[in-house]
Amino acid sequence: MRRKLLATVGMVAGAVAVLASNTAVRAGLAIGSGGHTVRTSAAGHQLARRPAGGRTGGSTTSLPPGAVTEEGPVVDTRFGPVQVRVSFANGRITESQAVQTPNDRRRSVMINQYATPILRQETLSAQSANIDLVSGATVTSEAYTQSLQAAIDKAPR
Amino acid sequence: MTAPPGTLARHTAHVMGTVFSFRLVAPASMSRRDISAALADAVNELRAVDVAFSPYREGSLVCRVRREELSQPSYPAVLAEIVDACARMRALTDGWFDAWAVPGGFDPSGVVKGWAIERAGARLDRAGITSYAINGGGDITVRGHAPHGGPWRIGIRDPDRADTVVMTLDLTDVAIATSGGYERGGHIVDPHTGSPVTRAGSATVIGPDLALADGYATALFAAGSPGLAWFPPHTGYDALIIDEGLAATFTAGLDNYRQKARAA
Repeated sequence: MRRKLLATVGMVAGAVAVLASNTAVRAGLAIGSGGHTVRTSAAGHQLARRPAGGRTGGSTTSLPPGAVTEEGPVVDTRFGPVQVRVSFANGRITESQAVQTPNDRRRSVMINQYATPILRQETLSAQSANIDLVSGATVTSEAYTQSLQAAIDKAPR
Repeated sequence: MTAPPGTLARHTAHVMGTVFSFRLVAPASMSRRDISAALADAVNELRAVDVAFSPYREGSLVCRVRREELSQPSYPAVLAEIVDACARMRALTDGWFDAWAVPGGFDPSGVVKGWAIERAGARLDRAGITSYAINGGGDITVRGHAPHGGPWRIGIRDPDRADTVVMTLDLTDVAIATSGGYERGGHIVDPHTGSPVTRAGSATVIGPDLALADGYATALFAAGSPGLAWFPPHTGYDALIIDEGLAATFTAGLDNYRQKARAA
């Protein structure tokens, strides 16, 4: 449950820097239809909550069944500032569009390069992972023994 | 997918204070003895780079530079190469990678490990092994195909949990490096302030060369999302920045690797 909550929080915090028709956003932001708990980010991404039903968001709020729109923070990219508004209902993204894009038309196209979905845990263990290697911040020799890479290295093939 | 014929081998080695994991698919014509020799050669390359560049070894080139026992004109070729790479990296990252703005006065470690892994890979290439993966404590280079016959499937670690990955990528003939503060807290320094970077999350960079990917990942972790103002410094490199709550910002090219992973 904690992970689900965190993921949802991150979803709000992460509604950033993407343009509308970006399929990456649609795919990446879809979350399970359970746990519709949302709260504003605690980490500097102050978001404007704009519930469609006129509800105002507290620090912790349950999503109404209808659509809810979230505006992400403005993010500076090499192509200029970008801000994205994402609408979702029943825990799924229904629409996303850029509300602030660079003025230059050519640059707007370039912005499409950036997507900001929320990640979910894709695997929980080496057994279920079916992955060959793990990339992460450099582990010490001691920490390696506790790592997923160590489990993969030991796994029988 | 049917695994192509070949001999599978795995090996781990403790070098540079971390563990290097080797996985390879050697040609069926190669003997076990030759495979072992190739692996030993690759590990020796890692050890040689460590001896030359470790900031923890008194006799290393890095420590000699710190003690000003070496001056630029007399740099050995490998040192000149690393110093040049660090200087270019500093310029390309808007100063967010700076091997000279660190405790000790000079520390090229941010590119050295990736560079060493590429050199170790070159030893395997030379031995005739065209499918392999080398993971140096989280920084990886891959060539050819995995033992299952498809591209190497690489998981990106959840910054908050060592036993969890949050994204899976299918990679071939490319390098991937991740930086974060979660393993060795505070070891990445903001070159503009000299203070340790304390933010959560991680930064991952994929591209042709692991030395560059390693340096870019370090710089992007220090810079955070605003680093997208200068990234990518040149084509062929993609990035994934994970912030608190698993919010992720990534470049479009990265999503191509994900699509392949999903379709598989």
